[in-house]
Amino acid sequence: MDVFVQQLINGLTLGSIYGLIAIGYTMVFGIIGMVNFAHGDVFMVSCFIALITFLLLTTWLGVSSIALAFLVVLVVAMVLTALWGWAIERIAYRPLRGSFRLAPLISAIGVSIFLSNFVQVVQGARNKPTPPMLSGGITLFERDGYAVFLAYKQILIMAVTAVLLTGFWYLVQRTPFGRAQRACEQDRKMAALLGIDVDRTISLTFVLGAALAAVAGVLYLMYYGVVSFSDGFVPGVKAFTAAVLGGIGSLPGAVLGGLIIGLIETFWSAYFSIEYKDVAAFSILAIVLIFMPSGILGRPEVEKV
Amino acid sequence: MANFKPATQAAIPESAMAGILRDAALYALVAFGLCVPIIAYRTDPGPGSDLLLTPRWGLVACLCAAIFVVRLLQRLILLRRDARRALTPSPAQATEAVHGEPAASQKSSKIGIRLFVGIALTLPILAALATGGLSSARYWIDLGILILTYVMLGWGLNIVVGLAGLLDLGYVAFYAVGAYSYALLSTTFGLSFWICLPLAGVFAGLWGMLLGFPVLRLRGDYLAIVTLAFGEIIRLVLINWTDVTGGGAGISSIPRATFFGIPFSAGEDGFAARFGIPYDSMHRLVFLYYLILALALFTNFVTLRLRRLPIGRAWEALREDEIACRSLGIDTTATKLTAFALGAAFGGIAGSFFAVRQGFISPESFNFLESAIILAIVVLGGMGSQVGVAIAAVAMVGGPEMLRNLGFLKAVFGEGFDPNEYRLLLFGLAMVAMMVWRPRGLISERLPSVSLGERRAVSGAHVSEGHG
Repeated sequence: MDVFVQQLINGLTLGSIYGLIAIGYTMVFGIIGMVNFAHGDVFMVSCFIALITFLLLTTWLGVSSIALAFLVVLVVAMVLTALWGWAIERIAYRPLRGSFRLAPLISAIGVSIFLSNFVQVVQGARNKPTPPMLSGGITLFERDGYAVFLAYKQILIMAVTAVLLTGFWYLVQRTPFGRAQRACEQDRKMAALLGIDVDRTISLTFVLGAALAAVAGVLYLMYYGVVSFSDGFVPGVKAFTAAVLGGIGSLPGAVLGGLIIGLIETFWSAYFSIEYKDVAAFSILAIVLIFMPSGILGRPEVEKV
Repeated sequence: MANFKPATQAAIPESAMAGILRDAALYALVAFGLCVPIIAYRTDPGPGSDLLLTPRWGLVACLCAAIFVVRLLQRLILLRRDARRALTPSPAQATEAVHGEPAASQKSSKIGIRLFVGIALTLPILAALATGGLSSARYWIDLGILILTYVMLGWGLNIVVGLAGLLDLGYVAFYAVGAYSYALLSTTFGLSFWICLPLAGVFAGLWGMLLGFPVLRLRGDYLAIVTLAFGEIIRLVLINWTDVTGGGAGISSIPRATFFGIPFSAGEDGFAARFGIPYDSMHRLVFLYYLILALALFTNFVTLRLRRLPIGRAWEALREDEIACRSLGIDTTATKLTAFALGAAFGGIAGSFFAVRQGFISPESFNFLESAIILAIVVLGGMGSQVGVAIAAVAMVGGPEMLRNLGFLKAVFGEGFDPNEYRLLLFGLAMVAMMVWRPRGLISERLPSVSLGERRAVSGAHVSEGHG
């Protein structure tokens, strides 16, 4: 029971991070029907931006307040990663609209290879450890010498995720941009005829997806305290799994899928074998895609001939 | 409608110039935003566990300036070209769509192919002559073997992606199955390479079918992701199943290839002694070169013949339209599975060749990047074009190798500059650039497999793909 509660906490924390990345996949797939393969690497880039900003703040500018440093890092990482997302869409995906169906996917694989090697070249191949940003926590209860521990950073991760998702949900459901975005998702041609700037909406979708990936990056860095250039691929695939599991195109689905994947991963590691935890994630991906491609909350795809 | 732009060759209007400058400045600004802070500060491990920051603002300034200049030049050149175009509309604009003739540079010529095959057949001799001795040609023959391995993998994957239109991102799994089946069969049962080679093909083909079954219903992006997941699962199992596969350490001391049973050794029974020629360690390498050349040409031969059989036509029909295919009574299950199995079998044969050449294999050689490289070769070659795939393999594998030799870059960028670091970076960029500028690949000429009357080449733009 104690181990169970502890793993539940760990799983929900990890799941929040996956959920944030998964939103980027699900929105882009919803609007232009492509798997943005480079999204995991955008997340990795945001980790590096956050790492360097944090180091700049603490060692060079001497900011001692953790709350202030965290906020600044979050904002800087979101803005700069959003710029990356925008630039990638502009350079690698927009010229391919109207090209054959697999062109964007192949281009995205190229971007993914470029980003990870770019970071390797400019920052070196080693793991980058960070000084702990936030330590300590609350012991929830203790029984037979096993303490169930809720770290402050876990609380922060879940709180930030919840706040951002609420804000994001508001943005998509209640604002003109959200309406335009949903309209493009349903029918791009019709939306364009009704006066929606489709290109701009798609750009903004990428920007928002990248900004959320940046939040995930900051939280990931804070949680694990280490990042390397190759850290984009596996979290990216897991987040994509989450997006598919929740039903691709559905925002609550992405978060739900993220939480489920996070829970499965932590419980698998705790009760079965830690070596095969990535095998578990990849297997779930394959099984979900094969047997329930529309996911939990998604709409089944109808093919028109 | 005629375009009445009052633009002439020489003069660029003042307002246009200001716009171009502003545009270039905007590009530089975006580049600046992307560089900060990831290029501007380098993190280096300092004393203890802390990271030290080293500022590199000079580099950022250089990059932004370079982007400013490039964009400026690009806009100016485009402006000139547009001005010329506005005066003389291209006659091709109206007719291109009807005839669908591929551009001259995208066709493959008969002479070109013959030259290509000729060079491939005589490469060891040419290299030996050029470098003055067989042993000094080692580098070139090694490179030739590497390129031909990728040509073979590309042709194998071309059956799945190019002909049947099924995007497979986990092709490297079959390469791994082939390599591990030779390594395990030879080290544990002592089977010879010549027995293992077809066996590796059979095993990989079976795996192709096995993994093909569950994905029969999937198409496009989803199919790609599932095959990627399968590829990763196989790699992770190879890493973690230490009892059988040796785990991350891999399998070493795999028996070397023999000349149909005669070893390449200096002893009495060796290849050199039997044939009465002086012993040279390069004999083995030259033999391996011709072996992979033969295997690659065999793959090509099989593919070209199959294309004319009903099954080959069914593949191409499947690529064009699966629903139409089914309604015409083609068994899509069997069609897809044969494509998967055959492609996988060739991958497996290439894998066992890889194992015998290296003498050592580990899961590291079979990561996703390898799949991406093989896929890139097929895509850049122009999906479905055999010659294009070969050219793309030479460009993608040989090109980065050339980068190693560019000594003058060191003189420009300083001693610490290692061009090889940029290999994959440029590789990723090339994939994007190719999709943006030439999504149909290097060779986008297609000869229809069946036609009424005269067989006319059509542009690749008329071939659909990726419905898979």
